[in-house]
Order: sequence, then structure tokens, then C-alpha cells
Amino acid sequence: MSDTAAAGSAGRMHKPRKRGRPSTLRLLFNNTLATTGLAVLVAIVLAALAAPLLPLPDPDVTAPADRLLRPLAEGHLLGTDALGRDILSRLIWGTRVSLAVGLSATLIAAFFGSLIGLVAGYAGGRVDTFLMRGVDMVMAFPYILLALAIVAALGPGLINALYAIAVINIPFFARNIRGITIGLSRREFVDAARLSGKSSAAILFGEVLPNVLPVIIITMSTTIGWMILETAGLSFLGLGAQPPQADLGSMLGDGRKILFTAPHVSIIPGLMIFALVMSINLFGDGVRDVLDPRLKSGALTRPVARTAVAQEREAEPRRHSGSVLDVVGLNTQFHIGGDIYRAVGGVDLHLKPGECLGIVGESGSGKSVTAMSLMGLVPTPPGRITAGSAWLEEEDLFSVDDERIRQLRGADVSHVFQDPLSTLHPLFTIGDQLTEAIMAHRPMRRSQADEKAEELLRLVRITNPAERLKVYPHELSGGMRQRVCIAMALANDAKVIIADEPTTALDVTVQAQILSLLDALRRESNAAILFITHDFGVVSAVCDRVAVMYAGRIVETGETEVVLARPAHPYTGKLIDCVPVLGQPGRRLDAIEGRPPVVNNLPAGCAFAARCERAEADCREGDIPLAAFGEGRAVRCLHPLKGEAADA
Amino acid sequence: MPETALLEIDNAERVFGGGRTLFGRALPAVHAVQGVSLDVRKGETLGVVGESGCGKSTLARLIVGLDRPTAGRITFDGRDLVADARRDPRALARRVQYVFQDPVASLNPRKTIRAILEAPLRHLLGLDRSGREARLGELMEAVNLAPEFLDRYPHEFSGGQAQRIGIARALAADPELIVLDEPVSALDVSVQAQVLNILDGLKTRFGLTYVFISHDLSVVESVSDRVAVMYFGRVAEIGPAREIFAAPRHPYTHLLLKSAPVPGKRSLIPEDANTELPDPYNPPPGCAFHARCPRGTDICLAKHPALERVSGAAAHEAACHHPVDEGGHVRA
Repeated sequence: MSDTAAAGSAGRMHKPRKRGRPSTLRLLFNNTLATTGLAVLVAIVLAALAAPLLPLPDPDVTAPADRLLRPLAEGHLLGTDALGRDILSRLIWGTRVSLAVGLSATLIAAFFGSLIGLVAGYAGGRVDTFLMRGVDMVMAFPYILLALAIVAALGPGLINALYAIAVINIPFFARNIRGITIGLSRREFVDAARLSGKSSAAILFGEVLPNVLPVIIITMSTTIGWMILETAGLSFLGLGAQPPQADLGSMLGDGRKILFTAPHVSIIPGLMIFALVMSINLFGDGVRDVLDPRLKSGALTRPVARTAVAQEREAEPRRHSGSVLDVVGLNTQFHIGGDIYRAVGGVDLHLKPGECLGIVGESGSGKSVTAMSLMGLVPTPPGRITAGSAWLEEEDLFSVDDERIRQLRGADVSHVFQDPLSTLHPLFTIGDQLTEAIMAHRPMRRSQADEKAEELLRLVRITNPAERLKVYPHELSGGMRQRVCIAMALANDAKVIIADEPTTALDVTVQAQILSLLDALRRESNAAILFITHDFGVVSAVCDRVAVMYAGRIVETGETEVVLARPAHPYTGKLIDCVPVLGQPGRRLDAIEGRPPVVNNLPAGCAFAARCERAEADCREGDIPLAAFGEGRAVRCLHPLKGEAADA
Repeated sequence: MPETALLEIDNAERVFGGGRTLFGRALPAVHAVQGVSLDVRKGETLGVVGESGCGKSTLARLIVGLDRPTAGRITFDGRDLVADARRDPRALARRVQYVFQDPVASLNPRKTIRAILEAPLRHLLGLDRSGREARLGELMEAVNLAPEFLDRYPHEFSGGQAQRIGIARALAADPELIVLDEPVSALDVSVQAQVLNILDGLKTRFGLTYVFISHDLSVVESVSDRVAVMYFGRVAEIGPAREIFAAPRHPYTHLLLKSAPVPGKRSLIPEDANTELPDPYNPPPGCAFHARCPRGTDICLAKHPALERVSGAAAHEAACHHPVDEGGHVRA
């Protein structure tokens, strides 16, 4: 319904994006070690490539009279070896050979190894078993023994050494690539390609391979150094480069016999091997860090334990006395690249003891960031709290020290998250995790904690609690796991429970139970609940009041029944109208035109104006305040819907 | 019955695992789908609802030929679909298509939208370059996307746009039946309405038949002509949508409807009993819902109820020994 317009806006939005995330190259150069590696590598490669052009003596010409000259001798910068050959010349020519062999071996191993991995991973079943057992057999031999056997069969020589090294490295690629391929070939886009009529070969090489390619490149960048080392090893044993040809390994081998009389003959090629392999590995690790999508998305940034609070922030006074939580003017921003994303742009909310406030909004509206900001759970970097205060009774959560926040987390303020399976640790029993939650805040004996844990499980209506303490999270159903999470949230008499979409991942019958459980528990324990959801049905079931968020701000708040029956903000009205309601199949679904604005580029005035039918010129200028609108209600709109009932 | 069935599923069964080890020990087997019989008439939307693990997605994969039943027959337009899918998967893909749940995961991140949409045109319809170009324009127009989007990559799209691309891909080969597996459950509510409206428009425009799978009762109610409720791999109740939602006969359907949250309704009706699905490796002998059922008796434990027509309503069937009375309205 929207998107001829959205095409334009998306296009506009697209250009400034360039500054958004740091580019691959910039990320790589941020890594000092990788940059150093690259510099050394480039220098070595340039020298090796330029060997024919450099004014070097012939590396293979012997001069018995000048044998074993020390480095810095006249005419021989690095001295000469046992046959009087110039070491500098041999070093550069030898590096050339070693590089060429290492690189070609890597390419051959990568090609065949990846092919085996791709076919085995995609075909599965017998083909997989057959190919991978073959690979296992190659791996079963110590690699140097296998290389020796291959060279013994084919005869010594550089080319044969290259084959040997390629073969023994095939398993490394095959296993790596197979693992990735198995994951990819069960993905939905592969099924979709099959339904588009693509043949298996077309899917494997057209759909799967492009996604595997980065992994192949990463694997190559981390193995090429190893391959050069192996080539040197074979040459050292006299099985690779044959005299008089120089390569780093054979030079080392030649120097071995005279290690004590003329150490420079072996030390110099040894240092070269070290410099070459080290530079390749450092650079390869850097490449991997940059190409790996998980690392790229910020896993390398190492967030700190608590969201940074901007120093220029000024504490806001409390507005609602008697409230257990009073958030005033909260601003949370994300600084990514050169852009500032105003995820939360001035949110006020308050909770009385035992009250349940629902925060409703679509994804990207800032509802979760609001909740995570309270206890400093927004990752820094890139997130930071730039303004506002969150009063937990008499304390401003943004002013207290880290130790105090640690004490409050899981005690006075606790969280229940959407996916209980990822919240619970898979390797510890329910009992371990519950007692840990209890003992982290109240030192007591383990037996006492066990009793308390049992009591908590009983509280969340889990039958047979003593037995359940001994089970692992995967042995419980989704609903049971969420009950355990709720028990954990209640472990230390929380004053505020932040429930972030706690039932979204659950089936509807289980959702009904969890909702009624939460509702009953807050009445029993008088804990206030901040309930985040996108579902108005869920809000109606448990929340006393509701706050609707759009583009990082609350646009409407009030008592649940009143807001749902007579929404005042056009966005609330549209949001209600676009959801099908059970029991009203004939209801027309009014989709909301367009898309929410991106929070790094908010329009002046009302963020919803572009999608609003009631918008007028004044909506697009100036800041629109959250104005009182009847008893206990507030609306951020200049032209609110007045008493025009939603078609409920 | 006014119209003949386009798709008929007769006693379909899909067992995962099973078989024996090298030493003859039986391996555990899961019946993802068992004894499912239903038909889909031309031009209708059959909604399939059920909770996670009830076998609805497996059923969907059986219908489009991505998976094969271990027993039973599936016929499409009078021909054996399973045999056809084995012999010529492209012929089946021309007539039956699929829309995936996760719109972003179903698009290859390294292909442009053009490449993704061209695949079915090239492989299924064998169109030449100019034919493909014309068809691409039609498809983008049908799902309300600007043609400039064709040369972008999937990560540049929001969930709703990505799902419309998924729908365009399913439409590309001009199929008769589209299986929609949770097509809107990964989307925000405002976007969900856009996609539902587009699906509705396309159905009339191209004379499509839908099998619409969802766990969201209100969505299914708003789109379906008939509804099948699945529980633990079987059809618990099937019938006209209006009747199922107004007067559910199976206690499970009753429970589902009672549990669904409705905006503006405060009542919470908890269910106290053990609410877990039976162990799929060790299913109970009788009715799988017995442990949760308030109406269960001894016969439910002993014998699995067959899907039978419940009195009065035409083509309204429930698999229950003690169906809820007709007067048992869930909501006023």
C-alpha cells in the first residue's frame, strides 16, 4: 500500500548511509597488528617479485674462495654460504619460490577441499559419509609422514612437494566448508530456490557457494602461512627444492650442518620464514576479524558492564511522589559511525507499587531500549544515556555507582526476557541457577537457598518443585522455562519487574497462563511491572495503564480501557485498526501507509506526520509536547481524535 | 459440495527418525503428521491453526513437495502429487508455490531481488530476457513495490517489503495454489495488515487458492473460508471458519479461543492442568489431548477419536468422543 512512496524515501535515506557502519578497509586498518603484518608482507612480496630486476648476483653461482663470509662483507650484504653463494640473492629468490609454492598449494587445497566440503555438506547421507571418511583417512596420518610418503612415491622435487602439501591440507578445508554448507543448505532460501525450479547443482554453486566464499577466503588467509612453513619443512628434509635451486627451507637445511661455525647461514633464512609466516598470520587474523559477520556487527567492540551516562547529563527531579519508579526525560542514543540514533528521545513514565504499565510499540519504536536503559543494560559502545533520570524510590539509577547498580540488578529491579531458552544457561540445572540468583544478593547456606528455590517454583505454580530443581532448561517446555525465569525475577523481592515481550515466543494457551500468573503474582507481592509488548490483546489482559511509543517517544498514555476504546493519538487509532480481532472476521484492516522514520534522521515536529491523515502544517514544525488530555491521560498530538470512538 | 477439491490429502503421515540401527535396535520415531485427511477447494482459503509442534509446517512442506509423506496419498487436481514431485519437481512448482515464515531468511543475502525473482521465470517458465523483464514489472506492481527495488539486496529491505518479495516469487510462476506458512507472524502489526491486504487482493485478481498456516487465531479468522485445527500431528477439528470460531466443538479449539487475548477484554482464563504436549517419542494411546481435557473419560484414553461430522453443521467435523455442545459459545 505504501511503497511507491517508500521507494523514494528509501532511496533518499540510502545515500547518507555510507557513513553508518565503518567500512571493511577502515576496520582492517584500525587493527594495528594486522596493518603491521600487511606492511611487512607487502615489503617481502614486492622484494620477491622484483628479484629479476634487482642488481643481485646470480644465486646459484658458486665461489669457493668467498665461502662463509660474514654478513656486511664487501659485495655480500648478508654474507655467503658454504659454497660462496650470495645469501641475500638466494634469500630473495628463495622467498619467491616459497611464496609461489605456498600460494599454489593453498589454492589447490582450497579448491578441492571446498569442493569436497560443499558436495558432502549439501548432499548429506551416504555421499557425505563416503567423502568425509575419505578425508578422515587422510587426517589419520601424521601430516609430515603423509607428505613424506607422497614425495617418496612421486620422487623429490618442488612440484611434488607442492602436491603433497596441497593434499594434506585438503581435509582442513573440507571439514570447515562442510560444516558451513550443512547449516546453509537447511536454510529457507535454499528451499525457496528449489521451489523456483533450480537444479541441485545450480543451488549448490549459485546459492550456497556465494555464501560460503567468505569462509573459504578466511580459511585461506589463515592457512597460507602454515603451508609455507610446511614447504620449508619438506625442503629442509631435502625433499622439496633440489640443489642448486634456493628456497627458504633448503637454505635452512644447508645451514644446519654448519650451525655452530657459521650461524648466519641458517639464522637468516630462519628469520625470513618467521617474518613471512608471522606477517601472513597477523594479516590473516585481521582479515578474518573484518570479514566475519559476527565480529563485524560489533562483537569486537567489547561493551562495558553498564551503559555510559553522558557527563553533561543533569539529574531531573522526581515528578511523582509515591511512585516506585519514576523515569523523567530519558534520552538514550546510539553513536554508530558518524550517525546519532536517537533511540529514546525523552520518555517520562512512572509506576506505582503493584501497578502494571504496558509499553506498546512496533519494532524500532524504542520500547526495549527504554527498559534496558533503566538498569544500564544498553551496550556501550554504541549506546549512551544522554539525558534524564530514573528514580527508583529515592535513588537516581543514573547517578549511583556501579556497585549499587549491581546490587539492584536482579534484586529490586529484575527482568523477564522474551526467549527463556536463551536467558537460562543450558549447562546448569534450574536449581543451580535459582540458588545462584538468590545467593548473589543474600549470602546464605546452600541448603537454605535450595529451600527458597523450591518455594519460588511453587510460587510460579510449577508442580513437583523439588524434582524440577534438578532438571536442565532443555528438559522443560517453553512455558515452564518462562515460569522459571519469572521465579528468578521474584527471587529477591523485586519492586519492579521489567517484562520484555515475555509471552511473544509462547503458544497462545501457554501465553494465557503466563499472563494470569504474572497478574496474580504482582497482586501477591505488590511488585510493579513494566510490560513491553506489541500486542494490544496482551496489554488489555494485564496492564492497568498503557503508554504507546513511536519513534522513541511516548505518543499517548492513559488507562488501558480508555485508550483502547477511544484512542486520541491518530497513531494509536491506526495501530488498533490494523490488527485483526478475534470474533470480528469481517473487520476491515486499515494498514498504516509508509514506514516509521529512522531515528537518526527524525523530522521536525511530529514523527508520525508523514503517515497521518490529520496532519496539518503546524504538525511539521516545532516540538510537540505530551499534553494532558482528560483524567490521567496525555497525548502528543496537536489534532487528537476527540471522542471519535474506534470501531470496536 | 459445489466445487471439486483442488488438493486432497488422504490419511497423510510423516514420520521422522525411526528405522533400526546396524544391530537391529529400533530408533525413536516422531509422528510429525499422522492420519491427516483434508481437502482444499478451488478458490478458497483453508486456514490451518495449531500451536508449535502440532505438525502444521510439516504438512505445508508435504503439500509443496519439499518433503514426502511416509504414508497416505496427496492428490493435486486429480493427480498423485507425491509421484509428480518425484518425477518432475518443476511441473509441480509451476502449480503449487510456498511463502516462507521468515521473509529475510528466505531470500539469499548475496543475490539481488532481480536474480531471486528471475529464477522461477527462467527455470519454471523458460521465459527469454524480454519476457522476464515484462513479468518482473508485473510482479513488482502486483505486490506494490517500486521497480527500482529490483537491483537491491535483501538486507536493504524491511520485513514487510521482504515478505512481499517472497510473495512475488511465489506468484512468479503463476501457480494455482499457494501455501503460506506463517506469512505474517514475523512482521510488525502495521505491516502485517499491509501484507494481509495484498494477499487478499492477489487472491481475487489471480483466482488463487490459499492454504494459510498460522498460530494466530485472529489472523486465520480474518482470512479463512474454512479452518482446520491441528493438535499433536492430527486434525482435531475442521469446518467453515464462521462455525469453528462461533461454536467450536473440540475442547482443544475451545481452549485455544478462550486463551487468545483480545484488545479491550480484561478476562484471563487460566488453565491449571498440566499443559504440555504429550511426549512425541512416546505418544499416548488414545486422544492426545486427554491430559488437558476437562471432558475426558476412559474411552478417550483407550481409543483415538476419529474425525466425524458433528451434528447439524455441514462439513463441520471434530475428532472428539465428547464434543462441546452446540450451545457452548465461547464469546458473546
